[in-house]
Amino acid sequence: MNSPDPITSELAALQRTAPVDLLDAVMRDVDLADSYATIEGPTGPAYVAWNGRGITAFVPVEAVGTRDAFEERHPRSASFVDAPPDSLAKHLDRTIETGRLGELPVDLSSLGDFQRKVLEKCAEIPPGEIRPYGWIAREIGNPGAVRAVGTALGRNPVPVLIPCHRVVRTDGRIGDYAYGSPMKRQLLEHEGLNPDAVETTARSGIRLVGSDTTGIYCFPTCRHAKRITDPHRVEFRSEEAAEADGYRACKVCRPAA
Amino acid sequence: MTTTLNQLPGRLAADRDGAFPDLVRTLQDGVYSGVLQFTRNRHDAEDVTQETFVRVYRALDKYDEGRIKDLQLRPWVWTIALNLCRNRARSAGRHPEAPLVGDRVDVFEDAATEAVENANLEVWRHRLAALPGPQRTAVVLYHVVGLPHAEIAESTGRTESTTRSDVRRGLGRLRTLIEEETR
Repeated sequence: MNSPDPITSELAALQRTAPVDLLDAVMRDVDLADSYATIEGPTGPAYVAWNGRGITAFVPVEAVGTRDAFEERHPRSASFVDAPPDSLAKHLDRTIETGRLGELPVDLSSLGDFQRKVLEKCAEIPPGEIRPYGWIAREIGNPGAVRAVGTALGRNPVPVLIPCHRVVRTDGRIGDYAYGSPMKRQLLEHEGLNPDAVETTARSGIRLVGSDTTGIYCFPTCRHAKRITDPHRVEFRSEEAAEADGYRACKVCRPAA
Repeated sequence: MTTTLNQLPGRLAADRDGAFPDLVRTLQDGVYSGVLQFTRNRHDAEDVTQETFVRVYRALDKYDEGRIKDLQLRPWVWTIALNLCRNRARSAGRHPEAPLVGDRVDVFEDAATEAVENANLEVWRHRLAALPGPQRTAVVLYHVVGLPHAEIAESTGRTESTTRSDVRRGLGRLRTLIEEETR
């Protein structure tokens, strides 16, 4: 063909640019990118991210700031959408309302075995109750790994939903939190615990409480401990002291091995 | 762009997740432009294009490094895209309430130029739909997408000489169609 063929140039002009959001959509479909939205958490608005397997992040907005800042710290690429899909939203609402993970799917697949075990154990702590780091270490069969438990919880990708704010220092004091101890106290208070009372008990050296009618000792915030009336309440500084007095450990909060 | 395309198999073999976004960026306009001619409307074209790259990723997930390195990337992606277009056309036939080829002119929120471009797209979609399948595929891949004959042959599983004659005959047929339109 010597002169340009009008048909072929018209065909060439049918080239189009792919939709701008195509790459994002593909990345989400193959789980290389997460979606995220802003929702109302127990202490105010929070960013929540997810992929096909479940929730991948939960961060109070006040702790990170802008969406850009959230995307920057999120370990994978994340694109903002209006709201979580209904299938997730209903479980998410329930978890925030009840303080229990329930059926909410959480994607911990990118974490190591140890951290996953720590977080799964942490998720068992009921709202309004607290446990020391050493309790998690012992429960997952690694009684010596108290510091590692602290580190694993400090890197919890889904705080609040997996309640690492319910894990406290071995001496019973409330201690640190990834988003600062004021937020930790605020979350506990939201669940009906009195942070000042927790600190006072801890400072006076009391770690465990027992009932002289049942002869059982518990962590002070165990739901069974809360039922003990003042006349029957006995306080202990250690499990050894409780055992020496003939008390046995509660089978619900399991304060001793 | 060609260099990037040549380097992609090696990069994908070394770091699939890291190189995959570049694969999409490099091929998305071509795939979308072609798929637009093989589907009923823009919505279907977007769906099929998206699904093509999802399938590409899932397939790469199953291949070992050696196989990824040896991939003829563009024809391979087009084999997947053409399959999806065929499936889509088949299921459209089973659901006759859906608009058929060219029945619907997409509504663009944008300016008049886009409306003109869009009308043009519809005209050509009608003309191309009148060609026998293999000729339409060959014409679109060669003249719209800009694939070389060898890659079209690879994508469609036909020989290069068949592909060449498909393109030639397709163009001839289009010329006749256009003459008939103006008569």
